[in-house]
Amino acid sequence: MAQTQSSAEGMKSLPALLERNATEFADAPAYREKEFGIWQSWSWAETAEQIEALALGLINLGVNEGDFIAIIGRNRPYMYWSMVAAQSVGAIPVPLYQDSGAEEMAYVLGHCGARFIVVADQEQADKVIQVQDQLHQFEHLIYLDPRGMRKYDHHQLHQYSHVQDQGRAARDEWITDLKARREKLTYDSTCVMLYTSGTTGKPKGVVLSNRNVIETARNSAEFDKLTRNEDILSYLPMAWVGDFIFSIGQAYWCGFCVNCPESADTMITDLREIGPSYYFAPPRVFETQLTTVMIRMEDAGSLKKRMFDRAMAHAKKVGGKILDGEPVGFMDRLKYRIGDMLVYGPLKDTLGLGNVRVGYTAGEAIGPEIFDFYRSLGINLKQLYGQTEATVFITAQPDGQVRADTVGVPSPNVEIKIADNGEIFYRSPGTFVEYYKNPESTASTKDAEGWVATGDAGFFEPDSGHLRIIDRAKDVGKMADGSLFAPKYVENKLKFYPDILEAVLFGNGKDRCVAFINIDLSAVGNWAERNNIAYASYQELAGHPKVLESIKSHVTAVNASVAEDEMLSGCQIHRFVVLHKELDADDGEMTRTRKVRRVIVADKFSDIVDAMYGGDAQVSTVTEVTYEDGRKGSISATLQIVDAEVAPIRQKIAAE
Amino acid sequence: MDDGYITEDGRKIGGVVMEMKNITLRFGGVVAIKDISFDIREGEIRAIIGPNGAGKSSMLNVISGFYIPSEGEVFYKGSKRPQMRPFEVARQGIARTFQNIALFEGMSVLDNVMTGRLNHMQSNLFQQALWSGKAEREETANREVAEKVIDFLEIQHIRKTPVSRLPYGLKKRVELARALAAEPQLLLLDEPMAGMNVEEKEDMCRFILDVNDEFGTTICLIEHDMGVVMDLSDRVVVMDYGKKIGDGTPNEVRNNQEVIDAYLGVSHD
Repeated sequence: MAQTQSSAEGMKSLPALLERNATEFADAPAYREKEFGIWQSWSWAETAEQIEALALGLINLGVNEGDFIAIIGRNRPYMYWSMVAAQSVGAIPVPLYQDSGAEEMAYVLGHCGARFIVVADQEQADKVIQVQDQLHQFEHLIYLDPRGMRKYDHHQLHQYSHVQDQGRAARDEWITDLKARREKLTYDSTCVMLYTSGTTGKPKGVVLSNRNVIETARNSAEFDKLTRNEDILSYLPMAWVGDFIFSIGQAYWCGFCVNCPESADTMITDLREIGPSYYFAPPRVFETQLTTVMIRMEDAGSLKKRMFDRAMAHAKKVGGKILDGEPVGFMDRLKYRIGDMLVYGPLKDTLGLGNVRVGYTAGEAIGPEIFDFYRSLGINLKQLYGQTEATVFITAQPDGQVRADTVGVPSPNVEIKIADNGEIFYRSPGTFVEYYKNPESTASTKDAEGWVATGDAGFFEPDSGHLRIIDRAKDVGKMADGSLFAPKYVENKLKFYPDILEAVLFGNGKDRCVAFINIDLSAVGNWAERNNIAYASYQELAGHPKVLESIKSHVTAVNASVAEDEMLSGCQIHRFVVLHKELDADDGEMTRTRKVRRVIVADKFSDIVDAMYGGDAQVSTVTEVTYEDGRKGSISATLQIVDAEVAPIRQKIAAE
Repeated sequence: MDDGYITEDGRKIGGVVMEMKNITLRFGGVVAIKDISFDIREGEIRAIIGPNGAGKSSMLNVISGFYIPSEGEVFYKGSKRPQMRPFEVARQGIARTFQNIALFEGMSVLDNVMTGRLNHMQSNLFQQALWSGKAEREETANREVAEKVIDFLEIQHIRKTPVSRLPYGLKKRVELARALAAEPQLLLLDEPMAGMNVEEKEDMCRFILDVNDEFGTTICLIEHDMGVVMDLSDRVVVMDYGKKIGDGTPNEVRNNQEVIDAYLGVSHD
């Protein structure tokens, strides 16, 4: 619907887009949230009223232009409104990861100097109160859910709805100020500040301007032909740039509806009820869904299972081709249609992906089998490559040119160049303004011409023009014999096995590689149940000889496939251990977006790594763990070190 | 009547809701409860503790009206309570949970919670079967209350799950939900934390405090876990061999020599 979007030309801020939506699509749904078992919905006009009331309330509380307002909570319409309300009064919203601990929050809140904090509930409020002595600028906290908050001292605490009520009551006093502040917003005003989780060091505050957000929303919406009729389910962390672009940037640009799940645990049910047309998920979500389907099919009756297997085999053969519009024979098409009626359609509905027109996965590499599984069902799942500093989009796969091993072509208006060492640089309208209060990092990431270093190494495929990512540039190293060490390449191959959740490869500067492996508790647990293997804990299951045996067979298979790549054949795994605990963000071993922090892991488990290189058959270790409430404990374990079979390296055949 | 007291954390506790006067309960020759008197005040969390076989559950059954005391009287809201059948007790605004969960295993969580609303339904079987306007309105209103309770106890994700498929800790929570759906004035909890792990216990504690705080519900609970009791309750009755050996705030009880000897163990130094 080009005409709806063209009317947004010249809109220079999100509050301006909101105003347009409230007049043009007044009665169309803008937000839905399932509460008390029913989908509650708000039209654009109602949304505008809610946001205005909150904005007036914020002015009434004393919010100044340029203030930072931190927002902590799960995806709820009210939390999204607080972002736009903050923008309306000239303040800058700073969404935080709601599962961060109090100390992590203290750093971010202190760094941006937030005077106001909007939280979802008592849990988040308690964290802020716990660290408020460290926060010099902090003045007021606004909470959404009053439950359990009754007894608190309310000098600095305010209930969300009361702030809105006060705003409505003070409308006459402040409405002119609010309008004036809204009109002052330009393309260069700051739209939002997002903290990158960072695989190393302290989080950095990425400042994104209205230009970054609105231009990116426009380009990406045109790229995928998004209209105001889309429905999305917003369940990814609000502090993540992707959610900001999908649930706010594109939603306001296109005017489509944002649906919020009832709770984190009901996400799958809510997904099925909403049936989004535009869907976004990290590979992990797709992996989990696929694992669930497969586990349930294992338990199904033989007739159903045979039908499923037959249909899926056929889908694997032609499904992807049909989706890409390639020529497929009549009989194959007919069989696919029958399969669609009997298997694919019902399965897609069960997964809640029946209406998906455009689906994206990003953040990590997705296993080719997993990727192909969804595409063969007829779900238009694609990959994109992006980062916070680029306002998400660097490359994306156009419809019909989708492959598991590339991340697509440059997004509209994005320029890309590859440096000599393989590092990818880009320049686009979405390129971030700066890191807040960190000019050194800004200078080292973004040069004077606006080129930004991604920190990833990759190359363009000569025939297709698609970008392929090899690894983090800084993780790519050299083995002792000078051959290339690219840990992620190997780790991803391992992670594509459903029973391996996470893998970490070591070997930079050494003569051979060793690996840590985390098992996937749901997949391995189910397997154990079916094979009558009793276990009392994660640790016991992880150390079970049969588990080690099956992991070993995966490692052997991966080694064989690594050996075929002459550049990376040195990265074969010689020895491995199955770790006694899951790598966890609470222990600092992963980022909040679940990327492994290599250096920290290597340091924390250095005794295990040493034992692996030292040739020991087993190693005893004590590991400190942090519980969700911040308490510490420790677990001790004796781990078996397993020797893996290494495939012979194919010698380079001299060119004749 | 007196006006209650202020708790340590500043909550105002009202007058006496229920008073037990010289209760004695015998089963044949066995004396389960011997001449016990205590009261429960509006808005407070009242705990009954004691070693195994002390007569705690019997006491709760007397309060709920399930057992008729052999001697003594029960006063509820100022007047002497006559002998009643369980549904009559429920109509008076008393709801309870059981030590060994008593849910309808084959029904979904939602249906179980809805059964807690039965006392609030006026339409008869035929009206409900024919889905008359009155029955429909009633169902909607009751469903709303049930959903608020489901939201409150954070069990949305299992709303449609049959109870038999749930783990123990969640069943306990569903049972609490059903009791809450009745919108009771007095909530009786029989060992709400029994058999739970630390995390589940913490959750349950929070829910109990929240219920008391949010709805002002008076709560009387039996509990084994001393830590939980001392944290949660405003006043504690201690029983041993059917007798009351202590009554007061957690601190008073903790320092009562008889209680220490009987329940917390005799100190040797």
